[in-house]
This record gives sequence, C-alpha cells and structure tokens, in this order.
Amino acid sequence: MKRHPRRTTSVAARRRLRRLVPLLGAVAGVGASAIDGFDLPNAEVAARYQRALAEFRCPKCLNESLASSGAPIAVDLRRTVRRLLVEGKSDDDIRKHLQERYGDFVLYDPPLRPVTWLLWFSPLVLAIALAGVLAHHSRRRPASTTDAERALARQLVEETVGTTKNHAPEGG
Amino acid sequence: MVQGKAAGRKALKRFLPLALFAALAVLLYAGFSLRDPHLLPSALVGKPFPPFDLPVLGGGNATREALLGEPRLVNVWATWCPTCLSEHGQLLRIRAETGLSVLGVNYKDDPAQAKRWLADHGDPYDFNIIDAEGDLGVNLGVYGAPETFLLDASGVVRYKHVGAIDAAVWRDKLEPAWQALAAPR
Repeated sequence: MKRHPRRTTSVAARRRLRRLVPLLGAVAGVGASAIDGFDLPNAEVAARYQRALAEFRCPKCLNESLASSGAPIAVDLRRTVRRLLVEGKSDDDIRKHLQERYGDFVLYDPPLRPVTWLLWFSPLVLAIALAGVLAHHSRRRPASTTDAERALARQLVEETVGTTKNHAPEGG
Repeated sequence: MVQGKAAGRKALKRFLPLALFAALAVLLYAGFSLRDPHLLPSALVGKPFPPFDLPVLGGGNATREALLGEPRLVNVWATWCPTCLSEHGQLLRIRAETGLSVLGVNYKDDPAQAKRWLADHGDPYDFNIIDAEGDLGVNLGVYGAPETFLLDASGVVRYKHVGAIDAAVWRDKLEPAWQALAAPR
C-alpha cells in the first residue's frame, strides 16, 4: 500500500504532540495544586484556608504566597494548614505554628520588632519630614519679600492695570 | 548677605537629590547584597527537636527519645538531591574522623532507593528516620535539602546549617559549635 507522504508527517507530528500531553498535565497540575482543600469540613473553613494561604509566604520561593506556589514545600505547608484547620485551630494558632517553624519569613504581614522598625516607621518619618519641609517653605516665602518690595510690586501692578485695561495682572 | 544665603540654599537644593540618591543606593546595596535572601534564619535554634514517631530505614520505629544522650548531627537528605551527594563525602569524613554521631532524615524519598544509594556511596548514619511525607521536615522548618542540625545531648537544636556541608563549613561553623557543647560550663 502506498502511503501519502504528507499523511506520514502528520502522524509523526501527532505522535510528537501526544508526547507533550503529560507535560500539559503537569502544567495544569501546578495551577490545580493551589486550589486544593476540598477535604475541608465547610465553606467557612475553606474561606479561612484560602485567606491563610494568601497570608503566608512560600519559604523556598522568595516572593510567592503559599496559594500561588507549586514548590513541594508549599504543598507540604498547605497540607499542614489544612490539617490544623481540621483540628479546629484558630487563625492565630496557625500563624504561630508556621512562625515557630519558619520564622517571620513566612509572614507576609511582618510583626513589629526592632529589625522591622525601619520598615514600619520610615513612611511615617518621611511624611513628617515632608510636612516639615513644606511648613518651612511656606513660612519662609512671605518673609523673603520686604515691605519696600511689596510696595513696589503693588505700584507696578497698579500701573499695569491702569495702562492695559483688558489684561488681568499676571501673577508675581 | 541675602544673596549669599539664597545661593547657599540653591546649592543645597542642587545637591539634595544627589544626597538622597546616595542614601538610597547605600540602603539598597545593603539590603540586596549583604544577605543571601534564600537563607532563612532558623526559628528552631535553642529549641528542642520536635517530637516524632516515624519508621527507620531498615526496619523499626524511632521517636525523639532515640536522639538523646549525646550530641549529634541530624542531616536531612534525599536521593533526589544532588547537593546531598556532594556533601556526602564530608559527612563520611566527619563520622570517621571525629566519632560524632550522625543521624539521617531521609526526606520525601523512596526507602528502597535510599538504601541502594547508601550502599553505593557509603553510610555515615547511625540510623535514618524515614520522613516520606515531609511532616517532620515541616516541624523542623526544612525548606530544601540538605539541611543539618546540631543537637546537644538533651535534644536541643544548637546550630542549623542550610545547604551542603564542606570542609570549610565543618571547620568554621559546625565543629566550633560542637566543641562548645563539649566544653565544661
């Protein structure tokens, strides 16, 4: 039987595509792993689970929450959080449980302590500094014009208004 | 006089952005380069090794009691971890040259493969705890392998090293920490 050459290539291509299917499954699996938790008792606990995942940082991945990470350690920590929820632990208990093991690193909401003072207070310090600079400037500006200068300015404005009727005086 | 003052202010204004930039650059340099962001400070140092009840490679079970009595290294490893293989020679040397007890936590691994791996590469471990699910790992704050804990005789974690142990890490960090345990207080 004679085979059409184009048909053989399409079979080869299909075979090659078929080899990619498990890979596709793996990619889909990464996304699916983040929305596990169907074994939780009720919707309220499931909601707390989702909230907790967003609040914790994957220890391996620097900037991914437990919810979004596909790292094996994130899978383990999600399982740990689910187990604690099923055991009836409070959100605070769960936070403490992870913090005791992985330190402040896992918390996306860092606690207030001396090493985080810069983080927490620098915006406040910058805001106060900015307010100070603005106050300084607004106080200094009127003082920089003397009475004589102001009298001269007023005189100039009056002269200008007098000569060009339809023009408003320009700001000075 | 007024002009001199104004000129001074102008100069300040001109250099203020530069000064701010320099300050920011120093801050960012310190923040991004002085510390390896992958290294987590260990939350477990100074705390007792967490309780567990897990199977041992080769048969039987072990609990936390099995760790007590003398200082030990507890090394978290797996056959899927290439860095574990690269530090393996150093663990063998430590065991042979110092007599310090070394235990293994075979982390999220296949026990049969782990046995074969130890037969191939040598076995520095007194015994290996099988942590197939990684639950002991979570209690230890493990986020990768290898990680190594130094325990004192009462099972308190005294030091933790993340990553491979080589001769320098042993000489500069683990050995002094171990010597400090042995020293009379």
